[in-house]
Amino acid sequence: MSSNTTPSNTTPSKTTPSKTTSAKPSVQPSAKKPRPRGERGPLASVALHTTLLIASLIAVLPPLWLLVTSFKPQSEAFSTALVKDFTLGNYDHVLNDTKFLDWVVNSLFVVGLTTVIGVFISATTGYAVSRFKFPGMRPLMWLLLITQMFPVAVLIVPLYNLLASMELLNQPMGLVLTYLTIAVPFSAWMMKGYFDTIPVEIDEAGRVDGLNPFGTFWRLIMPLAKPGLAVTAFYSFITGWAEVAYASAFMTGEENLTLAGGLQTFVNQYTSDWGSLTAAAVIVAVPAAVIFGFVQRHLVSGLTAGATKS
Amino acid sequence: MAVESGPRAVEAADVTGVRGRGPRPGKNPGRLRRSLSTHWYAWAMVAPVVIVIGVIVGYPLARGVFLSTTNANEANVERTIGVNHIPATYESVGLDNYKAILDDGVFWDRLTWTVIWTVSCVALSFAIGLVLANMLNRKLKGRSFYRMALILPWAVPAFVSVFTWRLLFNEKNGVLNKVLEGGGIDAIPWLNDPTWAKISVIAVNVWLGVPFMLVAMLGGLQSIPGELYEAAEMDGASPWQRFRHVTLPGLRPVATTVVLISSIWTFNMFPVIFLLTRGGPGDATEILVTYAYRLSFVVSPRDFAGSAAWGVLILLLLSLFAVVYRRALRKQGEVW
Repeated sequence: MSSNTTPSNTTPSKTTPSKTTSAKPSVQPSAKKPRPRGERGPLASVALHTTLLIASLIAVLPPLWLLVTSFKPQSEAFSTALVKDFTLGNYDHVLNDTKFLDWVVNSLFVVGLTTVIGVFISATTGYAVSRFKFPGMRPLMWLLLITQMFPVAVLIVPLYNLLASMELLNQPMGLVLTYLTIAVPFSAWMMKGYFDTIPVEIDEAGRVDGLNPFGTFWRLIMPLAKPGLAVTAFYSFITGWAEVAYASAFMTGEENLTLAGGLQTFVNQYTSDWGSLTAAAVIVAVPAAVIFGFVQRHLVSGLTAGATKS
Repeated sequence: MAVESGPRAVEAADVTGVRGRGPRPGKNPGRLRRSLSTHWYAWAMVAPVVIVIGVIVGYPLARGVFLSTTNANEANVERTIGVNHIPATYESVGLDNYKAILDDGVFWDRLTWTVIWTVSCVALSFAIGLVLANMLNRKLKGRSFYRMALILPWAVPAFVSVFTWRLLFNEKNGVLNKVLEGGGIDAIPWLNDPTWAKISVIAVNVWLGVPFMLVAMLGGLQSIPGELYEAAEMDGASPWQRFRHVTLPGLRPVATTVVLISSIWTFNMFPVIFLLTRGGPGDATEILVTYAYRLSFVVSPRDFAGSAAWGVLILLLLSLFAVVYRRALRKQGEVW
């Protein structure tokens, strides 16, 4: 820790990069972090690390506790001890004696389909908005923005009735349609931000070579936009994976539940099967967290790109 | 070509309107034809989204507004029981629902709490995110470790986190109370006392919201040119002055956007409250959205009309907020 107190060896380097950036006409060089200013005393260093350690601890403890609890026998769920009698019984119970796997399959189906459809149509929209200037573009941007703030409460009853009349209640397709309304507007914004970072010259080259606009989009830009597409896909996936309100309202019957609804059945007013809940939650969270680890860097640039460009 | 495509064209459209800089048809018919075909493609590409939004947002929205002017509930809507089809018997009641809601104290109570909830969640997570981002933006040992640890809550699906917090908050056996007990402090009824329940839901939502703020702020900090800090230092600015006059203005574009987005998200934050307290105890932690949900899916008979009216009011409030917010930004010379 004490090595942090001597950042002086970095000071000489701080003057050089500014020359290279001053050559750029733009006032906004991309992703350049400010270099450390001055010296930091040992006391400041300790304070900095202490604060960060405490914050990290608060951030990490609940998921960690979930993991620990899932390995405890049902009767010990609330003991404060770390694992005393390590057991995989909860996992065994969840996987073999409950409908958990059904819920996983339901969720995967709903979310997977939402992701594929959502990414495709938000990519075409994002591309159109990024590259073309067409009548109706600004209203569309507004529409996408406004749709994001629609509360669940406005739409849920009419959607419920609409799905009921189309006999889509309790059907995965009904949820897919619903989730598209949540995922697409935001995804389209993110895709626009990403397409904006791809040089227009590439489109122009494609056109010169005789591709039509859709050909340019599909054969040149989509392959280049893979990172952006990955982020958008991830966002759609997470949105559907973690959605609670629609899933609770539209899906009934134990086999039809998605994960968010299914896990609620473990712990409600009448039962509290914390062992199963924690084991199931861990199974749900681990893949999401791993994928998240891969895409989180891009996620942010995607989120803020639209904002900082304006 | 450059006129019709690319980000520059988008900016131009902002200023001059959609048609303002279009090709001059009289001079160059070839360009006109090309622009028409361009528009055709653009429209074809956005059509799926427009259709999706139109069908599953536009139609339900229109119907929601319509329902809110009727007395529809579970007992009188169109339904099928077995083989019998029962037609709808609800009728229009004009604006009675709205009048009833606005005259009733429940709405104002819920609105007050929702505003408190939104403001405190956004303010706290913004402040914490800003502080942590500034700390992480220095040269620091173990920076990537801290970074990963701090954004972990974001990686876990929200409903899983909320269940975990319920486990921690458990009054008799939860870890938090066990720890307090160890320190000789009486157990706190985290989710069973109105005041503590409010504090608890805010705490959980802040815990969930900080990673997003942190990461957005980090991105914002890294887009501030280093020369600005050098210049400020040359002029003898203290660290606080540099933070106040370089960092904060530099963060504004990102900050205004994330504050707007997260305000709207928090205002509509359904899962945290629904799964943590179900709005309880009583309706102490019920925000507008969860209350409207309760009206149509929890209480019996389900009050579809009332719920729709609540929904429309929520939407109006949010639109008002967005408009006021945007005005305020514009007054300060912000483009968005």
